[in-house]
Amino acid sequence: SKATVSVLYWKGGGERKMSIFAYNGGAMVAMKGDGCVAIASDNRFGTQFNTIGRNNVKHHQVGSRVFVGLPGLETDNQTLLAKIKFRMKMFRLREEREMPVKSATSMLGNLLYSHRFGSFFVEPVVAGIDEKGQSYVAGFDCIGSHVAPEDFIVTGTTQDSLLGTCESMFKPNMNADELFEVVSQALMASLDRDCLAGWGASVTILKNTGECITRQIKTRLD
Amino acid sequence: MSDSAYAFSLTTFSPQGKLIQIEYAMATVNKGGTALGIKAKDGICIATEKRTLPLQDADTVQKLQMLDTHVGVVHAGMVADARVLFTKARRFCQVYKSEYDAPMPIGQLVRKLADIMQEYTQSNGVRPFGCSLLVAGADTTGNHLYQVDPSGLFISWKATSIGKGGNNAKTYLEKRYSPDMEVEDATHTAIRTLKEGFDGKMDSSNIEIAKVVDGKFEILPASDIEEYLQELE
Repeated sequence: SKATVSVLYWKGGGERKMSIFAYNGGAMVAMKGDGCVAIASDNRFGTQFNTIGRNNVKHHQVGSRVFVGLPGLETDNQTLLAKIKFRMKMFRLREEREMPVKSATSMLGNLLYSHRFGSFFVEPVVAGIDEKGQSYVAGFDCIGSHVAPEDFIVTGTTQDSLLGTCESMFKPNMNADELFEVVSQALMASLDRDCLAGWGASVTILKNTGECITRQIKTRLD
Repeated sequence: MSDSAYAFSLTTFSPQGKLIQIEYAMATVNKGGTALGIKAKDGICIATEKRTLPLQDADTVQKLQMLDTHVGVVHAGMVADARVLFTKARRFCQVYKSEYDAPMPIGQLVRKLADIMQEYTQSNGVRPFGCSLLVAGADTTGNHLYQVDPSGLFISWKATSIGKGGNNAKTYLEKRYSPDMEVEDATHTAIRTLKEGFDGKMDSSNIEIAKVVDGKFEILPASDIEEYLQELE
């Protein structure tokens, strides 16, 4: 959706329209491996063409085996994250068990749909390990429809480019080290071409043992 | 004696610390047909006697009800009150499924039912539900058999019974229950237990049996009950 969020002059005057989803910019990848899953995002925080922050990681651990990635309008990212954490925690207290990743996906879809006519400007991503120890990724649109593919999900302003790099570099059943390489290379290759995303990237690998490692990647700092 | 002065107000404790209306609700439960449940190591069996009036169309009466594919229930007491709870329970199961893309855990369902029953013991202008429920089902943590009372109290049982012959049946079950029981043994024991307190001749038209096996709740058809009854003889 297009929204005139501020007045920008270019080529002799006038307003420039930018999608509300692109206002803060961001890039996100989630990719499945063998008994492990990767979720990665860029570190930039900006308002349109200004960069304000360089350490804004967009994926968050919300359960022992569930990560959620929120790359949209930052205010909505923050509110959605708070709501998600609330729901995950209440579930944990009520049911005395962790919410499985598939249930978290369904819950997030319902949460987004409940704002169908006043939606969050975020297209989230879920990555995690299911109860059988298998990797799982899912992607949403801003009103809650979701899909859980067999390979990877990409979203954010860099989405189109990321689809290309991930598609060419992905292979099924990678181990944690290979997965890290592929995700990092795919993300870096795309980030460098997107002016609204970048300033370094964080890649998190979650294994079915529960072990979770986040590494910082150096990209072009512009 | 001073209890009776408090018997008419649900929301007032008697000096002995009782809510008499709830005790009266339990009396209604104890008038109802016996229902029992036994949790074996690989499944659950629940059974009940089905009392119908002489000219009543017995085929249309079913005390055992499915709440979702993995959970079912039997009640003792007022059937009209029980039906209200079944409808709500079925809705809870579907709402949960729609929200979490997973079958509702039995303990969660039981807690929601118990919360409703409790609400009706602490609200204005209502009376408690006149029935106890035995909820049997399976979820990711195993098989569960719960009793829920008009007070809102719930208990998870290995084996129990409610209704008219409830106490006698429970004593019978205490002697015969063993944790190594398999669901087939449990079914035989359930039938024997019902027979102990049964008034008149027991056949496949005046008892109902259901099992929870491999995560599925299924009500046995009359032909299966016939076979079990014949095996007993």
